[in-house]
Amino acid sequence: MLTLECPYCGVMAEETELSPGYEAHLKRFGPGSSDAEFEAYMFARKNPKGVHFERWRHAYGCGKWFLAARCTATLEVFGTYPAQVSAPPPEIIAKIKARRPGWEFK
Amino acid sequence: MSTRLAKGGRLIDRSAATEFTFNGRRMRGYQGDTLASALLANDQMLVGRSFKYHRPRGIVAAGPEEPNALVNLGSGARLEPNQRATMTELFDGLEAASQNHWPSLEYDVGVINNTLARFLPGGFYYKTFIHPRAFWKHVFEPVIRQSAGLGKAPKDRDADRYEQAYAHCDVLVIGGGIAGLEAALQAAKAKKRVILLEQTPHWGGRAPVDHGTDVGPLVAQLSAMDNVTMRLRTTGAGVYDHGYVLADERIADHTPGDGRPRQRLWRIRAGQIIAATGAIERPLSFAGNDIPGVMLASAVRDYVVNYATSPGDRTVIVTNNDDAYRTALALHAAGLHVAAVLDVRAAVTGDLPAQVRAAGIRVEAGRAIAKVKGSKRVTGVQVCLQAGEGAVLEEIACDAVAMSGGWSPVVHLYSHCGGKLMWDVGCAMFRPDPAKPPVNHDGSAMVACVGAANGDGIGAGEAPMEAAWVTPQGAGIKLRTKMWLDYQNDVKVSDVQLAAREGYESVEHTKRYTTLGMATDQGKLSNINGLAVLSQALNEDIPQVGTTTFRPPYTPVTLGALAGEARGDIFQPLRRTPMHDAHEAAGAYFEPVGLWRRPYTFPREGESHADSVAREVINTRTNVGLLDASTLGKIIVKGPDAGRFLDMLYTGVMSTLPVGKCRYGLMCNEQGFLSDDGVVARISEDTFLCHTTSGGADRIHGWMEDWLQCEWWDWQVYTANVTEQYAQVAVVGPKARQLLETLGGMDVSRETLPFMQWADGTLGGFPVRVYRISFSGELSYEIAVPASHGAAFWAACMAAGESLGVMPYGTEALHVMRAEKGFIMIGDETDGTVIPQDLGLSWAISKKKEDYLGKRGQMRNHLASPDRWRLVGLETLDGSVIPDGSYAVAPGTNANGQRNTEGRVTSTYYSPTLKRGIAMGLIHKGPERMGETVEFNTVTGGTVKARIVDPVFYDKEGAQQNV
Repeated sequence: MLTLECPYCGVMAEETELSPGYEAHLKRFGPGSSDAEFEAYMFARKNPKGVHFERWRHAYGCGKWFLAARCTATLEVFGTYPAQVSAPPPEIIAKIKARRPGWEFK
Repeated sequence: MSTRLAKGGRLIDRSAATEFTFNGRRMRGYQGDTLASALLANDQMLVGRSFKYHRPRGIVAAGPEEPNALVNLGSGARLEPNQRATMTELFDGLEAASQNHWPSLEYDVGVINNTLARFLPGGFYYKTFIHPRAFWKHVFEPVIRQSAGLGKAPKDRDADRYEQAYAHCDVLVIGGGIAGLEAALQAAKAKKRVILLEQTPHWGGRAPVDHGTDVGPLVAQLSAMDNVTMRLRTTGAGVYDHGYVLADERIADHTPGDGRPRQRLWRIRAGQIIAATGAIERPLSFAGNDIPGVMLASAVRDYVVNYATSPGDRTVIVTNNDDAYRTALALHAAGLHVAAVLDVRAAVTGDLPAQVRAAGIRVEAGRAIAKVKGSKRVTGVQVCLQAGEGAVLEEIACDAVAMSGGWSPVVHLYSHCGGKLMWDVGCAMFRPDPAKPPVNHDGSAMVACVGAANGDGIGAGEAPMEAAWVTPQGAGIKLRTKMWLDYQNDVKVSDVQLAAREGYESVEHTKRYTTLGMATDQGKLSNINGLAVLSQALNEDIPQVGTTTFRPPYTPVTLGALAGEARGDIFQPLRRTPMHDAHEAAGAYFEPVGLWRRPYTFPREGESHADSVAREVINTRTNVGLLDASTLGKIIVKGPDAGRFLDMLYTGVMSTLPVGKCRYGLMCNEQGFLSDDGVVARISEDTFLCHTTSGGADRIHGWMEDWLQCEWWDWQVYTANVTEQYAQVAVVGPKARQLLETLGGMDVSRETLPFMQWADGTLGGFPVRVYRISFSGELSYEIAVPASHGAAFWAACMAAGESLGVMPYGTEALHVMRAEKGFIMIGDETDGTVIPQDLGLSWAISKKKEDYLGKRGQMRNHLASPDRWRLVGLETLDGSVIPDGSYAVAPGTNANGQRNTEGRVTSTYYSPTLKRGIAMGLIHKGPERMGETVEFNTVTGGTVKARIVDPVFYDKEGAQQNV
């Protein structure tokens, strides 16, 4: 039963208010992409033990999708941020690096 | 024999006598007793039979770690099995019965297993019930089922109610012993919002018994603070992510039927959790340590001090530490005889032993119990050297044995979310590793243990204990097969050693192989002793072997509390359409569609459902029918980029749809599989109304928002799910137009409102939007009105149609009519592996569009292959209905020896229109095999033959709907 702060309405939302999405910061591959590119986009999703970026929707709240940076092993949340970005914001990266020395965003 | 003492009893009220029954025998106790203390006071030493060998078992403990005294409590609608007598407060009229025996507790036939014990070793089930294979179903399984499980499941509906509540706090303290009380006070003084929970009905934990502490002033101080909430009889059962805790409060367990909820499940969100859960004393492993009368040393003094209950006149104490000497002093103070204290340590030097010696009690160092004498109760012990192999030095007559193998901190709550433990060699215990706590959302430590739960104070100021995992240390196999580690699951020292010899080196594997620490025990008593024996057998250190994982709940939580109020009518929230009451009044038979309840059919007096469905279909096809289509998903998509957005979402083109018109559309997921379908109406240049399936509205709305917010966030589009804002009525049949004309108010003629168009207007005075769309093949209008007008509009339609023979119809008639027309249904023809091309829907897929969701996925070679199962109609040769879920069988068998298949039925009905069975199905290369016959398996065995035909069975030209 996680709690995540919705970056839109500022609520510390409990998991029952949220619905999970999948990996964040995916780049979509459509028609014209190779089989390998499509496979990587569609099926080869990351599932790391450790720092992970994922999508959540404040489904029973404001309805907005947002992104969360979280450690899948300890469940520590490094931050949440609006979904309209193609990479994690610098302050989130900095916070993760402070907590997980040696970690790099791939 | 065990008995009530004449004086004392800290927790009992001698002025309030209480009557109860055990196995039908009337007994007396006092208010304040637990069932366990009252049973002991009535000399009921034998309280149950063990799980596997049906050995006689007595009370071992005084708290939630009790493995043996599990009883069936109550009767009828208030029967509950596996209740721990040690945690059950006595009340007048309590009924308890022992478990796991036949025909009676005293004479149990199952005890034969005890004699056969050498043939029932660890892993017995795995080894024995494998061959011959045919025996499993008819011999092994019925016998195992007969003897499996403890207690009886109640048969009646639970008479009690349960509730759930939420609570929030800065600091949650679990455990109301001295450490918990002090931790709560400290947090409260720091102005934190504090909740303090205690599982028993009393504050103070062990302190009053062990140290004579009066916690009254501390409790009073906390009670007076506004920022402190204190709850007795409340067990912190489980710690979950980010400070979420489940706690079970037993409100009326001891006052059944008084009108209050029986239990209340607390869902607590805490900033920090302090586990002040104390420690549990470990048994010692010696032969016969399970005979009734052998108890934990701490439990013996609990019964004497708290309940003035003596487990026996003469007690032998066996220990590896100083703490057990407190029991000798307590017994001595109560005027009882301590025959001897057998201490496995070679030298006994501590202060407590000195006090015991000073009291004139015999203390023997370097001694152990070779064997306990007695069967249904202890009659004596044989004494031996701990250093030896068990040669008997002397026999001491006694009627109770108090044992202490040291203390284990209760670290369950620390471990539930992954907190790590470290081994403390001095006290031979696992204690929380403060460097590796479970963490909160912000990375801070979520749980901290204090007091004995942290190992603090255990053995403090005492001479060192000595880990003696097997006593005597050199015991041979004959003794080791009588040394119980896990009383509840009948696991012995020899079983764990056997498991180790057979290669079960991981403690998790050994647990499952031997059943050590399973069931309600969850390793409370057996865990450390078991893994110590395992590590000795493996010749490894205990920390290398490690512990099994502690999982919630700490003690069992009754299912009623977990269900709470969610049962009966309020099991789950129901969605009702605005016309629901009218349907109920019309005698509708409802079916669940997601959380909606939709009329399946409207049976009349004397009609079967099949009769009424047939009547509804025929009437709709010949006169006019009404369908409540309100559950249909309705999503507004609006904005300058709405058309572009829908072109990506649907396989067809929506941006070219003229205002005022409707178009059928398909939505796929990115893999290419069909996900939803429905009619899109263009309301204005920048506004579309998308109909989805009844079950798909919320999901599709979320899907739209997903793409708009996360991928195409620069596109100017808004969506709104307006499903519940409108009631929708389908007026269907040759006389549909007449019905609307009777209502009057707008032109619904073929010329003004042709097929696949919509118009706003009024009908019968109601503001309406009329869509000319058809899911039945008949002339059909779907009419949306504001939800508040739904019931009135439905009534108006029924009245206007009366002379036309109007009848409501339900979802089954809807299904039959759409199947007659070969229309697909999401969830019937699709199952997440079907692409639109499989269903002959290529006409609804744009060839020109560069991209839509699913297009790239559909290009994958397996999906683009012509070698797929594809949709066809199926007509049985004998006119019968193919059973739902049937597979088309093909010659030969697959690698698993199963019959090969070449297709399956997706929809199958009796068609009242055609008076025969019709079906649709996905058949290997189906459309290329028109006229061929395939065979479907049936439920009763055998097959039914069907011809492959066009899926449109009725009105292929569409003449009926386009009038």
